[in-house]
Formats: sequence, structure tokens, C-alpha cells
Amino acid sequence: MSGAEARGAVEAVWRMESARIVGALARYTGDFPLAEDLAQEALAEALVSWSVNGVPAEPAGWLLTTGRRRAIDTFRRRAARDEKYALLASDLAAEEPGADALFDPEAIDDDVLALMFISCHPVLAKEARIALTLRVVGGLGSDEIAKAFLVPVATIQARITRAKKTLAAAQVPFAVPEPHERAERLGSVLNVIYLIFTEGSFASGGAEWIRTDLAGEARRLARVLVQISPEPEVFGLIALMELTAARFPARLDASGRPVLLEDQDRRRWDQAAIRRGRAALARAAGSGRGLGAYGLQASIAECHAVAHSVAETDWQRIVILYEALGRLAPSPVIELNRAVAVAMASGPADGLELVEAIAARGELAGSHLLPAVRGEMLTRLGRRDDARSALLQAVALCGNAAERAVLQRKVDELS
Amino acid sequence: MAKYMLIMRETEESLAKFTDVDFDEAMNAMGKFNDELIHAGVLLAAEGLEDPKEGVVVDFTGETPVVTDGPYGETKELFGGFYILDVASKQEAIEWAKRAPLTAGRKTEIRRVPTIDEFPQDNEWIQKERAWREQTGQL
Repeated sequence: MSGAEARGAVEAVWRMESARIVGALARYTGDFPLAEDLAQEALAEALVSWSVNGVPAEPAGWLLTTGRRRAIDTFRRRAARDEKYALLASDLAAEEPGADALFDPEAIDDDVLALMFISCHPVLAKEARIALTLRVVGGLGSDEIAKAFLVPVATIQARITRAKKTLAAAQVPFAVPEPHERAERLGSVLNVIYLIFTEGSFASGGAEWIRTDLAGEARRLARVLVQISPEPEVFGLIALMELTAARFPARLDASGRPVLLEDQDRRRWDQAAIRRGRAALARAAGSGRGLGAYGLQASIAECHAVAHSVAETDWQRIVILYEALGRLAPSPVIELNRAVAVAMASGPADGLELVEAIAARGELAGSHLLPAVRGEMLTRLGRRDDARSALLQAVALCGNAAERAVLQRKVDELS
Repeated sequence: MAKYMLIMRETEESLAKFTDVDFDEAMNAMGKFNDELIHAGVLLAAEGLEDPKEGVVVDFTGETPVVTDGPYGETKELFGGFYILDVASKQEAIEWAKRAPLTAGRKTEIRRVPTIDEFPQDNEWIQKERAWREQTGQL
């Protein structure tokens, strides 16, 4: 087997199995940062061994056994200077015959869930949570993560190293959190997955293909999570991501320019993704506890998904959903979106009133979104000069070239 | 992430051999495999097709489509893709297939997709799969 072939095989197995291997090793050693190092060492060993001997019959078992052997070596080495490690080393060695039980399917779910909670732990900075989740749960290499986030590989490696040190210093145990902590920590896991998704869904340049990949990876991680923790808000997040991703095929034109919702060819929307999203949303809503922030955003996305055109969209319902969302997670952006929905439901004058209120509070100053929406409403009201100056302001503030071109087109249409 | 279809191809020989296999054993092995795919978050949809002998081929070789019973072509031939239609009868499916805007020489094979109800309901893997199908709105 050639080196390249072996590399391909190792990478594929790693993507499929890394979470289970790191999880099993963390349970085995009781030390998550160490487990991650051991797994990486096993991975490096596989690259050498598999190119010589071919891929073993049970690749995951091979990686796990190698990682376990390294664990025992590590503890033996440390045992020379520490009695605690001496005990661990003899314990682990004694356990050896039953070590296959590490792949007990009952324990795997808990292992992977614990991994998600640890890599999204609140002691870590946001960027560190994202990098660690993609590396440990997603099985992405540092180079892939770096490419996706358009930063140097060394930056990602430093983030991961620092994250592991932080976890070790904070003595974070390898365990699924206690029930009272769990809801709060689950919020962090969902947030990290959604951040990965949004990073992947707004490609602003660079290696675009891998960023679309990132949006796909986020959806896969959420599908893993919902199998092991079927909470309503996990279904809400899945619904939001599926319904958002359903529009991906229609959101760029042939030359790669963004296409606004009203101009999108809805026949190109991914109907299978819409179906999956709506099914997940029904599950989220079926809990009887009301929808959370993700579920509400998914409901808004559903209103668009089921409508045949902008005109036929149930804007009244979208207004109500934005109101609920604004109460749950107040933000000027949500307010602005609500204003847009109000303009669609009951006319641009009502919408403009809300936009002026946001502006009067000094919120969103410096963002191109507010003048863009304002310009749109003024255009619809026939106030061409006011509309033009608002849109020009938006053009000046907008940092994204593609979006700026769309705004500039609107200015030109008014001239 | 990219979508891939795993097309399980059969030959006359492999189908003949299947009669010797313990059905429960085969069911469990496949169920376990499916369960792994679900837990890995990689499964979007999966369907098995009924015996090719029950299938129908609509042949566009001549001027008008010709309908024949049985499987399509050599087992080495390739699939170009598939539709899943929700129709009342085989005949209805054939009618839809005849209306497909296909160029001369192409063929559409029509095969029924058995529902999960047709498998032994007391099998634990079938029960797990049913739960997953309910969750994902595929029933």
C-alpha cells in the first residue's frame, strides 16, 4: 500500500472513529487532555504502520489498542517519579484482558456526549471551543480547521494546546454534567455547533468548498448529538440548520453573486432538507415546553420554505415569531428583522416607523443593515431621494464586496 | 460533506446464495450497520429494493416505450440515479415512468420499496430503526 493510500485510509477512519477513540481513552485514563494526545500518537503510528502492513481488519480497534498501550507506557514512565502513576500503571495493565469492553456500545454514547460537553466547556474561549470540537468530535485535522477559518495552522494548533492546558488546569472531569448543570452546558454545545454552521454558510472568500463542508459538518454533529441527547432545542437547531441549508443551492447566481430571498428560484431549494427540517421542528414543538431561540428561528425559516413566493409568505406569522424571539433573546438585529416583516405584512410605513425607533435609540449605528432596510422601505414609499441617500450610506458602511454590489445596484435603479 | 449513494448491487448468484443465509442473522447484521450510520449522523435516507424479478423495465429503444417484466440488463451496468414516487399502484408508477422525458436508448427500471412494516416487528433493530424513522419524519 502506498503512503498516499494509507494516508487516505487513516484519514477516513479517523473522521469516523476519532470521537469514540478519544472518548474511550478518556474514560480509560480519566484524563481528557492526555487521551487526546494519546489518540494523536496512535494516529501518527497508524500513518507509518498502515502504509507498510495495510489497513488492519478492525482499524478502530487497532487505533484504540495502540492508544491504550501508549497510555500504559506513559504511566509507567511517570511511575518512576510518582506513586500515583505507579498505581495507575499496574491497574491499567491488570485490566488488559477486558479492555475490549471499552467499545461497549452502551458506554460509547456517554463518551461522545461527554466529549461534546468538554470541548464546548465554558472555561474555554469561543474560538477554542470551536477548534476543539471540530478536532475531537469532528475528527478534522488542524490543517483542515485552519483552512476553513482562514488562519494559519500554527494558530489552530496553539488554540488546541492552550485549550487542553486550560481544561487540565481547571480540572474538568471527563463526564457528562450533572442534570442541574446540563441544560446550561447543552446551550454552549448548541451554540458552538451553530457557530460552525454559520461560519460555513457565509463564505466570504478563500477555500469556499471547505466552508460549505463546515456547514455540513455542523449538521452531522447535531445529528450525532440528537441521537445521544434528544432534547427539544437540539431538534430546534437541526431544524434551523436544515431549513437554512435548503436555500444554499439558490443563494448564488451563476457568477457567484448573492441572490436575495425575493429573487431566489425556489425550485432549486433542497426539498429533502426542507422535509428533514420540518420533521425536526415538529419534534421540537411536540415537547409541549414551547420553542427556544433556535426553534423560533427555524419556524421563521419554515414560513419561507413552505411559501411559493415572497408575496404568498405568511408575514403576519413571521411578525409574531420575531416578537417571541425578541422577548427570548432581545437584539437590535431581531428588531430590524421584525421591522422588515411588519413592512411586508402591513405596509412599508409601519415598518419604517420601527426602523426609525431603532435608529433613534442609537442601536446598529455603524452597521450597513439599518440604512439598507431603511432605504428599501423608503423606496417602496416612493421617497426616492431619501431612499437614495440611505442606500448610499449603506454602501459606504458595507464591508462585504458582493453585498455592496447588490446595494449599489439598488442605488443605480433609483437614479 | 458530500452526499454519496451506496448502491448495493446483486447478481443472480448472490441472490441465489441468499436463500441459504439465516434471515434473522442477516437482518441483525444489517440493522446494526444501519444503527451505526444513524449514530454517526451520516445517514440521510436508506431504502432497499424488492427482488428485481418483481420489477418492470420501460424500454425507449424503439419508437414507443416498450414495457417488459423483470430486471434490467447486465449486473455490470450502471445506475444513473433514482426517483422515489409515492403512488397507488405499480401501474401508476409505470405511467409516470413512460412520461419521463428520456432520450432514446435509456431505460427506467421500476422497483417497489418495501415498507418497514414488511419486516419482523419483534426484531429489536427494526424497532430502533422505526424510532429513528419516526424522529426524522420518514414514515
